[in-house]
Amino acid sequence: MNPPRPRPKLDQENTAFWTGGSEGRLNIVKCGDCGEFTHPPRLLCRHCQSENIAPHAVPGTGVIDSFTVNHQPWARDLEVPYVIARVKLDGAPGVYLTTNIVNCPVDAVDFEDKVRVVFEEQDGIFYPLFERIA
Amino acid sequence: MPGMDAYITGLGQSEVGVRLPRHPLLLTVDAVHEALDDAGLTLSQIDGVFTYPGKMNGYTAFSPVSSDDLIEVLGIRSKWHLGAMEQPAQLSAIAAAAMAVKQGLVRHAICFRTVYEAGGMADPGTYMAGMKQDTVSGPSQWTSPFWATSAACWTAQYAARHMHRYGMTRDQLGQIAINGSKNALRNPRARAITKEELTLDKYMSARMISTPLCLYDCDRFTDAATVVIVSAGDALDEVKTTPVRIAAMSGSVDRYSWDQAEWFAAYETGADLWTRTDYTVKDVDTVQFYDGFAFLPITWLEGLGFCEKGEGGKFIEGGTRIALDGELPMNTFGGQLGAGRLHGFGFAHEAVNQLRGTATGRQIAGDPKVAVATSGGGPMAAALLLARD
Repeated sequence: MNPPRPRPKLDQENTAFWTGGSEGRLNIVKCGDCGEFTHPPRLLCRHCQSENIAPHAVPGTGVIDSFTVNHQPWARDLEVPYVIARVKLDGAPGVYLTTNIVNCPVDAVDFEDKVRVVFEEQDGIFYPLFERIA
Repeated sequence: MPGMDAYITGLGQSEVGVRLPRHPLLLTVDAVHEALDDAGLTLSQIDGVFTYPGKMNGYTAFSPVSSDDLIEVLGIRSKWHLGAMEQPAQLSAIAAAAMAVKQGLVRHAICFRTVYEAGGMADPGTYMAGMKQDTVSGPSQWTSPFWATSAACWTAQYAARHMHRYGMTRDQLGQIAINGSKNALRNPRARAITKEELTLDKYMSARMISTPLCLYDCDRFTDAATVVIVSAGDALDEVKTTPVRIAAMSGSVDRYSWDQAEWFAAYETGADLWTRTDYTVKDVDTVQFYDGFAFLPITWLEGLGFCEKGEGGKFIEGGTRIALDGELPMNTFGGQLGAGRLHGFGFAHEAVNQLRGTATGRQIAGDPKVAVATSGGGPMAAALLLARD
């Protein structure tokens, strides 16, 4: 049994990201003026500094840019090995998420694999994990 | 006085060990006294104190001593002091001292980095009371919830991509730790950390931490204090050592993130260093590259232009090029993999030792005059170009 995942402290910037999964949405901040994405989420666009920004539901698919098979248990009772990946998101140029690849053996994961988001809920936080698209 | 050069004139280090019984403040004072004796200075001549990252209340294992602690216990009449984490990287404390010296604010500055991570792990109630994993905010919220808890995990992804894209192999990467262990065996201060030479067989069969990084690719918690004294160019007649000039320094970063940037800031910082000097990469006699994880020296080699991007693995293949008697001796004191997690300052300390010719037992040949010392990984990067005129 894995320990609970560390829980992000919700604030004005990050709530849409961490709770969007309750509606099946993977929310990334998008600028209403220049159209660029800002991640991690901020209160202004990091490209044009406009405050006309809002959470935007991206498709929830992407590709594995890189990954590591982690063998070190960083917390008591943490089950290893598991895959940590850097996923390049579709529909949000320049945005990557550090995440876990789940629902497959660790040695099935490879670079450039296409993946889609699966949300794991824990006390109102919806962690965006990813699984390979067969 | 503005525009005056800054020099490293004194070197000091405490005992280096694992779970040292001596209090980290006293370790720091030990290192200060050694540096003062080395430089031929007295405390009354010190008028600045600089450290990285400053005392971390709640996590004093990581940084147990503040600049103000030293001002108080050593009776320093300080004209400027600083301890801050929001700087390019660990060696930024030395860079900040150089800025103060160049500005004429300070004549002789103590720069220090004290770590008590081994002792602190053994006494978490005292040294790690503020470390909580259950709730995260700030940058760690983008990694810790996925159990990407350690910088080892973050660095591993970039190392894996380097291997995937450019073909670096584990037996190439392993040369960083192997070279470190060989050099550490020649460094008396590394005795508690490295007791035998690491072989390629042992490296290849080591347990994985986070692929492709194995146990030997990750530095080890250590207790130590390292000090360098930075002095003004018009105060050199007060010191007895051969001064080593801080010929250039850089600390560029384009994205402050461990996962949004395409590569590490070592590339931006490495390129920037050469815009600030007439020296070129060909002039460098030795490199002391931050190796908290073995992949990081690869990024510094490539970022500083010792080889093309993607060629770092081939550059160190077999280990002969970076060996003590190679064409570009690297981490001649053992690096952090061999000599312990001194957290950045060991690289400046060793570069100066080599340029002075005082690296007893491991001195490189050929009258070295120019060295690069670096620190940092991910978005953290600071580089010092050091020269003996």
